[in-house]
This record gives sequence, C-alpha cells and structure tokens, in this order.
Amino acid sequence: MRNHSIIGWLLATPLTLVLLVFLVAPILMIVTVSFWGATEWSIYPAFQFDNYEFLLGSNVTYRVFFNTFKYALITWAFTLLIGFTVAYYLAFHIRSQTWQIALFLLCTIPFLTSNIIRMISWIPFLGRNGIANSTLMSMGVIDEPLEWLLFSDFSVILAFVHLYTLFMVVPIFNTMMRIDKSLIEAAADNGATGWQTQWHVIVPLTKPGIMIGTIFVVALVMGDFITVRFMSGSQSANVGRMIQNDIALLQYPSASATAVILLITVLLLIGTLLRFVDIRKEL
Amino acid sequence: MRKQLDLELISLTKRYGSTVAVDAISYHFKVGTYACLLGPSGCGKSSTLRMIAGHETVSDGSVTLGARDISHLPPAKRGTAMMFQNYALFPHLNVRDNVAFSLKMQGKDQAERHKRAHEMLELVDMVNLADRLPAQLSGGQQQRAALARALITKPDVLLLDEPLSALDPFLRIRMRAELKKLQRELGITFIHVTHGQDEALALADEIVVMNNAIIEQAGATRAVFDAPKTAFVARFLGSHNVIAMPEGTLAVRSDALHIKQAEGAKLPGTITNIEYQGTHVALTATIPGEQEVTAILSDKEFFENPKNLGEAIGLDWEAEAAHALAG
Repeated sequence: MRNHSIIGWLLATPLTLVLLVFLVAPILMIVTVSFWGATEWSIYPAFQFDNYEFLLGSNVTYRVFFNTFKYALITWAFTLLIGFTVAYYLAFHIRSQTWQIALFLLCTIPFLTSNIIRMISWIPFLGRNGIANSTLMSMGVIDEPLEWLLFSDFSVILAFVHLYTLFMVVPIFNTMMRIDKSLIEAAADNGATGWQTQWHVIVPLTKPGIMIGTIFVVALVMGDFITVRFMSGSQSANVGRMIQNDIALLQYPSASATAVILLITVLLLIGTLLRFVDIRKEL
Repeated sequence: MRKQLDLELISLTKRYGSTVAVDAISYHFKVGTYACLLGPSGCGKSSTLRMIAGHETVSDGSVTLGARDISHLPPAKRGTAMMFQNYALFPHLNVRDNVAFSLKMQGKDQAERHKRAHEMLELVDMVNLADRLPAQLSGGQQQRAALARALITKPDVLLLDEPLSALDPFLRIRMRAELKKLQRELGITFIHVTHGQDEALALADEIVVMNNAIIEQAGATRAVFDAPKTAFVARFLGSHNVIAMPEGTLAVRSDALHIKQAEGAKLPGTITNIEYQGTHVALTATIPGEQEVTAILSDKEFFENPKNLGEAIGLDWEAEAAHALAG
C-alpha cells in the first residue's frame, strides 16, 4: 500500500516540477511584478495598485481591448467557417483513408515555414504596387490601387485567418471522424435534407471539436502582437502590442499588469465557453 | 380492402466496380409478410436491403412497392424505413427527440411531435425512458427506441439490418419474440437480414437464402426447411445431413435418421461421438466415403437401446425424408 503511494508520487513528480517551473513560477512572477512601482529610469519592488489604476482608468485600454476582441471575433468567424468546411469535406466526402491522410498532411504544409515568413509574404502581394493591385488594375476592375489591402484591419485579419485556420480544422476533423456514418443514413431515412442533416446532426455532434478549435484560435489571436504589428504597419493596436510597447520602454510593472488583465480576460472567456460544451470526452 | 403494397425486386443488381455484390435477383414479397434474408457474410443480403432502403444506388434492375418504381427515390420517399444494425440513434438527442426526428424534419410543431412520439414509445413500451440519452440505455432499450423511430414514419415496409446481432443471447430471444408480435400487430411487411438460421426460422414466414450474390432458394420457411434444393441451403439451415450416395447427393434431416442393425440398413456407419443434450441425444457417425452424419434421437429412444463409441450401426430413413440436391 505504502509502496504504491510512493510510486504514485514519484510518477507525478516530473510533470509537477515542469509545470511549477515553467507555468506557475512565471505567472507568480508576473503577478508580483504587476504590483511593483516604476519611474522613468528604474523599477522598484512594492505593493501598490498604481499600475492597475492607470490601466483601468485609461480610455486607451478599453479601445485596445475592444480592438483585440474585434480581431478575435472576426478571425474566429472566418476560421470556423473555413475550418468546418475543410474538415467536413475531408471527413465525409473523401472516401479513402489514404486520401484523407494525404490531404490532411497537405493542409499542414504551410506550417513547415515560420509564422513570420508566411505573414511577410503577404506584403508584396497586397502592397500598393503588389500583385493583387496590379492584377486588378490590368483586368480593369479598379482604376487606382486599393489602399486598404495592406496595413489595415483587413490585412491583419487576413493574416490571422491564414495562420490559424488549421487550428480549427484539426480538432473539428478529429471530432467528425468519430461520427458514425450510419447516423447520416439514419437522418436521410428520416427525411432530413442535406442541410437539415448538417444542422441537426453534424453540427451538434461536432460541437466539442468546434469548441477546442475556438479556444485555440481565441487564445492565439488574443495573445498575438507580431501579426498586428507587421500587417497593420504599426497602425493598429491590440493588447499584445500594448504589452510589447511597455516592455520596449522597460516598463515591466505596467506590462505585467496588462498581461494579468489579459490572462484573466482570456480565462473568463474560455471558462464561459466551456460551460456550454463538454469537451472532456474529446481529450 | 388493403392497399396493394407488395414489394418486388426485379433483376436487382449491385456492382462495385467489377465485383458483383448482388446478381440480378428477383423476388416478390407479399404485403404483411415477415421475410428473412438469410446467408453468410458477403452473400449480398445487406446490399440488397440497403438498395431497397435507398442507401445504396441500384446498378441495374428495380425495386417496386405497390405500383411505384422506387429504385431511384430518396430513402424517405419510398415508404420504407430502416432499422440499422447498431441502431444509429442520434447520441445528442434523448429518446423522445430521436423518435420524433422525422417529424421535426417535416417541420411539425413540438406539441404534435411529442404526442406522436409518445404513441410510438407506448407501442414499444419505452414511455418511462423518453428523457434518457441513447448512451444511458441498454441494448434492448436502444433497439426499441430505434424501432419506434423507424415506425413513426408509418412505413409500408420495415427493413431490419441484423437487428439482433448486438444483443446477448438471452435478450436476442426475447427481442425476436417482440419483433414478431409487433409485426403481427402492425400487419406491415418486415424484411429482416440475418446470418443466423435459428433467428430466421423462428421469425420468418418466408425465407430467402442467399449465397454468392444470388438467391439459392426462397419460399415459405417450412417449405424451404423441409425440402432444401441445394447442399448449401441444407448445410446453412442446419439440422440436415448432406450425404453423397451413388445415385446422387441427398439431404436428410438429422431427426429423420433411424439407427438399426448394420444389416439391411441403407448405410453402414461407426459411431464417433455421442452428445447428450437433455431432451435428445446427438449421435455422430462416419459413413463410407469419409463422410460424417449426425442423427438426433430422443433421449427415450437412445437410452432404451444405448450405443457405445466405435460401435458399428446401420443408418436408415424413410424414402420421403430424403431430398435429392442439385450441385
């Protein structure tokens, strides 16, 4: 009996240590620093609420948070739409498993290059004299270059959707593969049309996958700063950019406070989502 | 006067690429028949059922119900309903919503859906479980829910794909009695696919024995069992000995074999196994040509004149008990 409990503790130790060192300790550190004070040239340990007061009292914070939510929401909508369609096609329309795996791997090919390279490669495409504009102009669709293609919310969201759609495809595909195909026949037998089957059978059964994908995409977009910086040409801000700015100015206490607020926001959001869908059986 | 709703298969064919799963079979199911499609796996019985249901396209030939050619109609427009092998209940819906699913698809309002689902659940004795999810039901209860869901569409023909194979043996016997009772009450045609001959014999008014994509023999259950036409049918239905005699191959039922002295009997044999089975005794003997036959004797008959292993015996049967087999 005793022996067993010792072995149990030993088995749990490595993971516990990893989590303590790489998850709990950094968060504690950030929370601690968020209460510190700062001057133009120094930071000093303290326990004061100045950082939070300044943060929560500033109009800019709310505008930036609003912008962050806006990016997350629009990106979520597009990744969900594209991700669901791609996963549905792979899971239900491709009959042979070999093809399913081959096409699925094809989806992951973009991930062989770095995020930043994939993002930057949009710039020559979308730029004022880029491929998109020159093609549209030579086709006579437009007379002068579209200004909003690059360094705009459009380009930020385009890059987000491009970068993160796969995070939607994978969990949805995974859930769809577990749906018993005879359920679709049963729906047809009961007179459901294609869309009715989709809405009343496939979507409800795919919910856990949609939820996992949603958590991925929302967490990634909410925490991102580099995409917003590159694709908006530093003209738009989100929370990640705000933290990055503080860090660049060595304002660590203020950056920490912002990070804590962002963390709480994301956790609340995910907590709310999880109340609606039980994803345990997917894990 | 009933509507004339006979189901007819006319040269029905299913090809998958170059393989033929169902080869031009024709059969006429009279309305109100309990019919079993019986055969080993891969014989084409499931493909046949799925073509009738509309879940498999018809490669050639046609299926007619009443006067209508239903070969190319969508499943819900055929007047058939299917009960799937694993029941295919929607896991996210409770029993009531599963049963009422087709009504919801037709856009019926909730009050009517619940009322009619309730009637169906009464029919299968599941009213008290209406709020359960499929995962919270036993196999037998899932089957009843699936039955109710299939019957709520008021089908003219109910198609059952190995409905009892997921159940344990005890429940299987109980559920098959319920199926039979339900069919009698509703008076509609049931077409039941199975590979179990005992199930087919117990349930069916008519059996259709299939092998290698064709119908080997079909007709009233007793007529088929009493007079198998091919060695395959005789072996598959069981309780038959297939004996190669100089004048041709015969099928003789195990319980039609008599044991007597070796002299004057139709066949000499040597006992290789004696199995006591309670009400009767199964006696296996080898006969010339290294064939094995099984005779079933009542326990009384056997123990009045017991035999031992290795004993030489004679096997005899009435002339009308033997059926000449083709092939």
